[in-house]
Amino acid sequence: MKRLSWRLAALYLAAGVLFAQHSFTQIDVEDGGRLYRANCSVCHGAQGDGIPGIDLGHGKFRRAKDDDDIAAIIRTGIPGTAMPPNNFSDFQSLTIVAYLHSIAPGSVTTTSGGDPTRGKAIYDGKGGCAQCHRIRGVGARTGPDLSDIGNLRLAGELERSIVDPDAEILPQNRHFRAVTKEGATVEGTLLNEDKYSVQLLNSTGRLVSLKRANLRESAFVEKSPMPSYKDKLSRPELSDLVSYLVSLKDVEVKGVEIP
Amino acid sequence: MRSRCLFLALIGSSLLGTVASGQVTFDRILNANKEPQNWLTYSGTTLSQRHSLLTQITPLNVKNLELQWVFQAQSLEKFEATPLVVDGVLYTVQAPNDVVAMDAVTGRIFWVYPYAPSPEARTCCGRVNRGLAILGDTLFMGTIDGRLIALDSKNGHPIWNVTVANTVAGYSLMHAPLVVKDKVIVGTAGGEFGIRGFLAAYDAHTGKQIWKFYTIPGPGEPGHETWSGDSWMHGGASVWVTGSYDPQTNLTYWGVGNPGPDWNSDVREGANLYSDSVVALDADTGKLKWYFQFSPHDDFDYDSVQVPVLADMEWRGKLRRVMLWANRNGFYYVLDRTTGEFLQGKPFAKVTWTTGLDDSGHPVRVAEAKPSREGTLVYPGVQGATNWFSPSYSPHTGLFYIDTWENYSSVFNKLPAEYVEGRRYTAGAPRSPVPSLRAAQVLNRTEAEGYGVVRAFDPKTGVRKWEFKMADVTGSGVLTTASDLLFAGGREGYFWALDARTGAELWKASVGGPVDSGPMTYQVNGRQYVAVSAGNVLFTFALRR
Repeated sequence: MKRLSWRLAALYLAAGVLFAQHSFTQIDVEDGGRLYRANCSVCHGAQGDGIPGIDLGHGKFRRAKDDDDIAAIIRTGIPGTAMPPNNFSDFQSLTIVAYLHSIAPGSVTTTSGGDPTRGKAIYDGKGGCAQCHRIRGVGARTGPDLSDIGNLRLAGELERSIVDPDAEILPQNRHFRAVTKEGATVEGTLLNEDKYSVQLLNSTGRLVSLKRANLRESAFVEKSPMPSYKDKLSRPELSDLVSYLVSLKDVEVKGVEIP
Repeated sequence: MRSRCLFLALIGSSLLGTVASGQVTFDRILNANKEPQNWLTYSGTTLSQRHSLLTQITPLNVKNLELQWVFQAQSLEKFEATPLVVDGVLYTVQAPNDVVAMDAVTGRIFWVYPYAPSPEARTCCGRVNRGLAILGDTLFMGTIDGRLIALDSKNGHPIWNVTVANTVAGYSLMHAPLVVKDKVIVGTAGGEFGIRGFLAAYDAHTGKQIWKFYTIPGPGEPGHETWSGDSWMHGGASVWVTGSYDPQTNLTYWGVGNPGPDWNSDVREGANLYSDSVVALDADTGKLKWYFQFSPHDDFDYDSVQVPVLADMEWRGKLRRVMLWANRNGFYYVLDRTTGEFLQGKPFAKVTWTTGLDDSGHPVRVAEAKPSREGTLVYPGVQGATNWFSPSYSPHTGLFYIDTWENYSSVFNKLPAEYVEGRRYTAGAPRSPVPSLRAAQVLNRTEAEGYGVVRAFDPKTGVRKWEFKMADVTGSGVLTTASDLLFAGGREGYFWALDARTGAELWKASVGGPVDSGPMTYQVNGRQYVAVSAGNVLFTFALRR
């Protein structure tokens, strides 16, 4: 264990020397990760390899020669391409770069190498995942939709969510509970809010907008409604399930004739 | 842990029951008039009359309409989408292809599905989208890069994403798809890039293509002989707006765009079927049942880029199932929609390219009225006497309402035509006193140079009942209601409520930008709303409480 830590430290150190010019705390890197997931992963994918020929997680850039170059591209975009300008500060764009450097070592998990086909069987069967989750129009909407979860989350993050659902709940998956003045309880995923109202996908699958003035109480639910699968799935089963979830990236229907 | 599992089981079971009852079945779509509080298709129903049975807002109280909420699109493109409203949730498209779900009462957003089209996408006339279709819990959107995407209406997650056509060759999708039974039907735009247009139906559950109908017949097919040489391969014939569906005939009707190259027809001798036509297809198979070509061998860009309006009316003593069609070429037509028989055609604006229609509805061309090297003045101009924006038919008044460009002309010139994949293939550059697509922010034209007008016609007699003149032209559709109100807007930045029987102005709102969309109406918790987009903003009005 000790030896592993030293190896990791050496890896990070090497990365730091290679990539450079700035130093960041772990919190900075996590902030960069949040910015990346919210703004970049839709096109670039969770692993940074969503666009052919570009692999942000492995330092494969078409145009940038150093971190400052990458940060500049993040801010200004690339004219004539789908890469838009972004309204980040210099520091924020550098935290994204720091996060990208952290991706490659972080993507190695204890569940690597599972079988996605067996994983799907666990998802549909023993795991009972579709009772709360939905993939491409099938399943419930109580929990997060997993249709493209492979674009949003890394294998290690998925593994952690399965064994310890409370560890990190993404902002878009926060659970919300409100009680109206008439005493009715409304629970669901918080989609949006403002000073006067909240918008939920409620537990019966309806989109509802509630006026705060009509609520007796309302609050985020701290704990995830999802049970832990730590003791329910064996390690190989967990590995298979994670592999299946990582594979959920592309909703494109192949093999269609193009004129 | 046990309590958590119990909780999950409880919400799981309650979910199944409620979702099933809230689904938009095709039966609901066919009977959309039984739930006028909702707006379930692009034009309100599959008959495409853009007529609502809601009656809370009337000619007497419409003066009390006031703004409820606005949605500011994060887009500088024209806002052309007509929203859908399903049980209090409003769905629309922020150009080019972001889908937004909102609370229809407050405009607060539930979710946004952002879509970044391919940088290769090319559009002739704006990176725009005209709306969505829904079936079950699934929304459908065509994209400017030639894709059809199915989304979960509750959370905006994509379910499938299919390539309809090759965007690099200039294909794009602009219009709201049409759901018929278990299929989603779309057609391709791109006629200004030398495409060969088509319509195709996709399985709503899987995205698998079920049928495909080329709007230009291939070798060996009837109509292929109406294209000289290889011109059929790049002859355009786009589909720009949503079609209609008649369950009695099981036919789906679609307008087809102009032949290409637009203004040099020397390279495509012949009638150029099915450009500038309406085609009636079997909804299950895509097989052609009949067609009617409004403008054979067109060289003015007179697309039949209109929504087919279906109505049943007494026609010369017997009940007839007809189709009403105000065409870009300046004529409005009445056709029998079962057979395609021409019943009547009358000009609704100034026309100089033809002396009129013969008994079969075929236009008699004026020989000298055609594009030339030095340019030829022709009415209507290149944008037509009307365009893609929807007309309305009110069964209550029996009148057909057309947003019209009057006194509108272009000087059509003709240039050499050479096809290069992905490049514009139009072979001309018409000039007009009226800007084609984008409104100018100031107006200083004379009436003789072109203006906008809402005109009401009795389709049975062809008589014009009234008109409402604007200063500028219009890109707005027309909405009518069973309380005899008519809503429409114009480029000059007003949105009006008129008396549908007389054309009298009853109310207006200054919306500060051109109206480039079709108004619609819905009701939530007993309150009727009217929505229209102008500039980059969606406006929603209701009666003052």
